[in-house]
Amino acid sequence: MLSRTAENLFWMARDMERAENTARMLDVSFRMALLPSTINKQALHFEPILAIAPGDGRFGELYGELTHETIVRYVALEPANPASIWSLIKLARENARAQRSAISSEAWESLNSTWLQVQNLDFAGLARWGYRDFFDWVKERSHLFRGVVFGTMLHDDAFRFIRLGTFIERADNTARILDVKYHVLLPETEQVGGYVDYYQWGALLRSVGAFRAYRRVYHDTVYPWRIAELLILRADMPRSLHHCYEVVIGTLDELAGKKQLECRRLAGQIYARLRYGRIDKIFQSGLHEFLIDFIASNSALGVQLQDDFLMTPTIIAGAA
Amino acid sequence: MKAEEPSLLSRKFFDEMRAADGTVRHAYAELAGLLDNLSIDSLVTKQNAAEELFRRLGITFAVYAEGGSTERLIPFDLIPRILDRSEWDLVERGCIQRVKAINVFLYDIYHDQEIIKAGLVPPEFVLLNPAFRPEMLGVEPPKNVYAHIAGIDLIRTGERDFFVLEDNVRTPSGISYVLENREIMMRLFPDAFVGQSISPVGNYPEQLLENLRAVAPSGAEDPVVVLLTPGRYNSAYFEHVFLAEQMGIELVEGGDLFVRDGCVWMRTTEGPVKVDVIYRRVDDDFMDPLAFRADSALGVPGLLSVIRSGRVALANALGTGVADDKAMYCYVPRMIEFYLGEHAILNNVHTYMLRDPKQRQHVFENLRNLVVKEVQGSGGYGMLIGPASTAEEREAYKRRVMRNPDNYIAQPTLALSTAPTLIEGEIVPRHVDLRPFVLSGKDTSVISGGLTRVALRKGSLVVNSSQGGGTKDTWVLER
Repeated sequence: MLSRTAENLFWMARDMERAENTARMLDVSFRMALLPSTINKQALHFEPILAIAPGDGRFGELYGELTHETIVRYVALEPANPASIWSLIKLARENARAQRSAISSEAWESLNSTWLQVQNLDFAGLARWGYRDFFDWVKERSHLFRGVVFGTMLHDDAFRFIRLGTFIERADNTARILDVKYHVLLPETEQVGGYVDYYQWGALLRSVGAFRAYRRVYHDTVYPWRIAELLILRADMPRSLHHCYEVVIGTLDELAGKKQLECRRLAGQIYARLRYGRIDKIFQSGLHEFLIDFIASNSALGVQLQDDFLMTPTIIAGAA
Repeated sequence: MKAEEPSLLSRKFFDEMRAADGTVRHAYAELAGLLDNLSIDSLVTKQNAAEELFRRLGITFAVYAEGGSTERLIPFDLIPRILDRSEWDLVERGCIQRVKAINVFLYDIYHDQEIIKAGLVPPEFVLLNPAFRPEMLGVEPPKNVYAHIAGIDLIRTGERDFFVLEDNVRTPSGISYVLENREIMMRLFPDAFVGQSISPVGNYPEQLLENLRAVAPSGAEDPVVVLLTPGRYNSAYFEHVFLAEQMGIELVEGGDLFVRDGCVWMRTTEGPVKVDVIYRRVDDDFMDPLAFRADSALGVPGLLSVIRSGRVALANALGTGVADDKAMYCYVPRMIEFYLGEHAILNNVHTYMLRDPKQRQHVFENLRNLVVKEVQGSGGYGMLIGPASTAEEREAYKRRVMRNPDNYIAQPTLALSTAPTLIEGEIVPRHVDLRPFVLSGKDTSVISGGLTRVALRKGSLVVNSSQGGGTKDTWVLER
């Protein structure tokens, strides 16, 4: 398979996954902003979004004040922001378009129609649609895309690079969401029970679709360390770091066969920490440090993948 | 069914479907019966269905304009253009003859230049031609083939009168429309295909692949063929994707290939893979930044050296453009006589060279009745259509010509034949041309069908898709 094809598919999946996660974060912030105690500081709920998805960092320059409207304009619709949902869907679709022959026609049609619907959407249109409905729609389109890929594509190398993209991006996003909220999760807030805390944590869980999963697993009040455990170490939680890396490892084994690739070694190293880690140890040595380190290793793995699968032309030029 | 009043002009045009007395020609007999049983409403419904299908399949082409390009659907007309076997035989023999001669000519001018020595072609037309590639002198392409894929643009003016408008032997496009148009017609009019024997066109990709594999450098057991595209912003990108998919070969961009140890390789996830044949849809100038345009990011640095050593085959070869510009066009009948010892089966359109003061004088005096074109132009850009021009436009164009007369030729306005076309709920005559595709490599053959382009505007003689033209399916009857 052509390296460029692998690269396009990898990024197509990453962009779509990221669009979904961005919609999730916006969605949760909107729910939070509806809480009575926070009505006067709604902007606070949006700042984390900019921290997670800073885009080109031009929010201040483009919009100035942080309000419902400006944040939605910037994070959902702004073409000048390369990390807006609009831009991500556009990129995903362009990567798919470049590789139409490598993906199933249904996968292409699904992404293409997602793009056609969002292409001319402006703020007025979005407001008419309703923010929440729009976020739900983005999530649904992402689910649909993954489902179409899973259900219609040959489970070959093209499929595997798509999976890698999805799960490496998802791991990154989950870690970032956790990191931005880590101050909320610090054990000093032992004083649980206040409804603001409850909703804060609830919101965090909801942003990764894990609220009910938490209840089922722990049958208990929402404790911050358990949230961290659920999203970092639980193998059966589909957006946890552990789960993401289980898929990454399995997919890399299928891709590499008997070859000894550096990316497989890196992934194994990261995986071991998630597979055999314990949450109390992680908190002891610092959740923030753990997450920052994870985000860096995860992105290093992305770079190594590009080298190992010849996606980087400079490697060739160097060898020539 | 309301018929459009033929304009004074259109009355003298040859109509593909009906003779002057209104009788239906042999090729159209079955279709006429089919159309009689269909209401205009159901035709319009089918037309809309066809458009919907094209849109859904994403069959688009890019139109370049200021401020970027947009994806557009090329309009499709669902009334087919039909040729019977005897008409097609003429077209087929004529196109094969022409492409054979052009291939010999290209070999000749990059080797002994006999045709120049014989005084049949002015040396400056060849040697000073911007499309001439001195780098190709003395290079031996596999099987001596230069133009593996050629598109010959034909127009028809009478029963047996086909004229060649131009030869396209660089990177001709349009075949994907031929194949997709057929797919859609078979969906919409299954009965028509059951009722008569229409030559299939669907085997084109297989034939193309066979021809490409046939020109692989010797020693390649199972040759690796790739299609090199300029990328997704190219107007014909859809076609590149389509053909690569149909042939089951990799669609590559310049960055996917690299030269090492005297061979061309492609980057794959399993490591470098050696490439034997490149079906390229990138222009000469962009193929190798080390040899041609240094600013090109579309090509492969060092490619030329591999081509020259014969370790990779390029289809079409570099430097084919010297054979198909509008000035060299005039000499094709001579090539046919010189190399093949035959008379040209297809006519050339009489062409005036504006470099010649006498001919220029004549052209300037008769500008109202002529079409003037740039020698290197294509796509219908930069031409003057005399009968449709104003006096001011003609004067301005004369001044433009005088700045560089070598760059212009003129031809009489041609009486392009008309074919019935569905326009806004009416069946009306519109002008058409025909581009058959000729493949060379294993042997020289023509796919039984071709691209019929139709000028959708009333009275218009310009069929280019960039100028509001559409396409039709082209049926060649087996009998």
